[in-house]
Amino acid sequence: MRHYFYIFIQGMIKFVLFFNIFRMTYKRQAGLLLLIIFLSLLNMQFVSAQSGKKIPPHILATLDGENISSSAFENDGKPYILSFWATWCNPCMKELSALDEIYEEFKDQGFKVIAVSTDDARTHANVLPLVNGRGWEFEFYRDDNGDFRRAMGVNMVPHTFVINGNGEIVYQHTAFYDGMEWEMLEKLEEIAAEN
Amino acid sequence: MKFTWNIISGLLICLLPVFTSGQNMGDDLRIWGNFQMDAQYYQPDSLIGAPEVPEKIRMNGFANLNLSYKNVTVGLRYESYQNPLLGFDSRYKGSGVPYRFATYKEENLEVTVGNFYEQYGNGLILRSYVEPNLGIDNSLDGIRLLYRPHTGITIRTLIGEQRLFFEKGPGIVRGADAELNFNEVFARFEDSPNRWSIGVSGISKYQRDQDPLFVLPENVAAFSGRINFSGKALAFNAEYAWKVNDPSAENNLIYRPGQALIVSGSYSFSGFGLLLSAKRIDNMGFRSDRNATGNDLNINYLPAMTRQHTYALTAMYPYATQPNGELGFMAETNFKIPAKSLLGGPYGTNVTINFSWANAIDKNPVNDTINVQQAGTKGYNSPFFSAGNQKYFQDMNVEISRRFSRKLKTTLIYMNQFYNQNIIEGYTTRENIKAHILAADIQYRLRARRSLRGEIQHLSTQQENGNWAMALLEYNIAPHWFFALSDQYNYGNPEKDKQQHYFSVSAGYTQKGNRFSLSYGKQRQGIICVGGVCRVVPASSGLSLSVTSTF
Repeated sequence: MRHYFYIFIQGMIKFVLFFNIFRMTYKRQAGLLLLIIFLSLLNMQFVSAQSGKKIPPHILATLDGENISSSAFENDGKPYILSFWATWCNPCMKELSALDEIYEEFKDQGFKVIAVSTDDARTHANVLPLVNGRGWEFEFYRDDNGDFRRAMGVNMVPHTFVINGNGEIVYQHTAFYDGMEWEMLEKLEEIAAEN
Repeated sequence: MKFTWNIISGLLICLLPVFTSGQNMGDDLRIWGNFQMDAQYYQPDSLIGAPEVPEKIRMNGFANLNLSYKNVTVGLRYESYQNPLLGFDSRYKGSGVPYRFATYKEENLEVTVGNFYEQYGNGLILRSYVEPNLGIDNSLDGIRLLYRPHTGITIRTLIGEQRLFFEKGPGIVRGADAELNFNEVFARFEDSPNRWSIGVSGISKYQRDQDPLFVLPENVAAFSGRINFSGKALAFNAEYAWKVNDPSAENNLIYRPGQALIVSGSYSFSGFGLLLSAKRIDNMGFRSDRNATGNDLNINYLPAMTRQHTYALTAMYPYATQPNGELGFMAETNFKIPAKSLLGGPYGTNVTINFSWANAIDKNPVNDTINVQQAGTKGYNSPFFSAGNQKYFQDMNVEISRRFSRKLKTTLIYMNQFYNQNIIEGYTTRENIKAHILAADIQYRLRARRSLRGEIQHLSTQQENGNWAMALLEYNIAPHWFFALSDQYNYGNPEKDKQQHYFSVSAGYTQKGNRFSLSYGKQRQGIICVGGVCRVVPASSGLSLSVTSTF
């Protein structure tokens, strides 16, 4: 079924491309773009476009100021959580606190959390003392001007990805509600079992 | 413009079916993006000052669509404002593709043509960024290069014009930055716990001088140097920036160079963190159009050094940086009282204590015949270390959060605030606001994935609108649903007919990277801020819908 759906999109887009695009008015082009977006959204019903893809390579700074590429993110073949957060974001702080409370269970099963702070120059100096003060043991990185956030398509924080043992994005979620930390743990267990 | 748009959309459309057809291009191809839409149906409400909106419905929306194949990434953003929501600049009206780019990226080389975002150091002389919720996008349109000639050395250059709504500003921005990370350059320090890095950058802008009265500098340069240190428990960061004289609408056309210094140091170990930071800003507004005001065409970013609050009433009077001059200081400590100790409770208790202060710099006349900040003069003299006699802002707050049981978790905040409304909001005769604010956030888990959350807040002040009380109740079903009821009540307003309730009811659904939320009710006039940059939100009443999606 999905196959035919794709073939249909392809046919339609090719038709539009070859016969129309360069003769179109701005309005039409904008309309076309909206159509593409709509189709992409439909597409998501089946599978997120990033699903099964590796994290894009991007240089990030550790809280000590060391430069590390996101392509080096790994967890010994086990799945892990990649979470975008900020010190000024209340649900983000709740998410990390909640994950911290059950982190022993994560570690027992070999899972881990990589947390990327999107704090800008106003609050980034605060990340290190805050993280230490809370006693959080996740792996932390800084994304000062939001380049990595954009490279992952993240619109707002908190936004959480689950990465499998092969470094592929397999699940993502935005927002945080109490109890979602268990959902994440279950997701990780599910993925670890698949591998 | 039209041509490039054609090419890029053509390229994207060519490649899209290839992607959707399946996996035959393997891991090399990736398509992603996001979508956000905020729409509101407005109802006039004269009691809270919500105006009649002739269109009834207004909408802001955008979508990013990116595609990468091997080393090449192309992307664009379509934006549509029909018409811009209340509180956004009306010049956003319309639709278009104000952002499109192509990047080629190797391990040590990156080339971008088209629109890009960039930040040098802390952004004191350059930061282009996007914050859709504030209506800010000062992306540069031009060319950006990044090159790493050696491990630990990064050189970046750029040239571009800045975005101004659906057009571009009149100036051209050029710049370069070099950063050296000692531990990566010198192999024998590689594993040292003490890490050092330094960076220098320079930016210059060009804008023609067409002023009938003054001879204005057409090329204005700014330089900055920075140093970062991080040790076992200590960390330190400082940046100093200097700008050639740059008469502008913002500084009332004075020929005085600008400067900015920010310094921060922290000491922390597991369970304890302390941060001290200070800054001095003097005539450091820097825009690619000297006539621009508001949030338009900023080249640099001057971070506010105050805590960014998130609870509604604690965020009622937020601070915004004063580029014409300010001294600022902030201290924050946070620590964890260990679990099962006398005060820690069964799960430990987190405490954050924060103090921040912002003040005028000392401005003295250049001589007896010239007023401070007089147009066409050197403006003023200002001794570096002395404070002026006007306080802009002060905030002292304590936050305690504690889990009592597997089910119950609470956060308490007390805040004491001083807010100079004349300076921060640009009035002349308003009183300074002194406020005490209390907020409690209580979270109670009903079942594994069902929880209730309540907020009670109170703000008391003698000034402006007087006392406010607020309550919120939220029911969450993780990971998908939330339902909330809230009310803000301005019961202390000195004018009786302004003692209004601001009820609101909302619900939301989240599925993977997609979130839909709907709310109905009243919104008080207020200021929303992200990173010390603020936008005034006028009072409104009605139904609003937000959709955000990452794919």
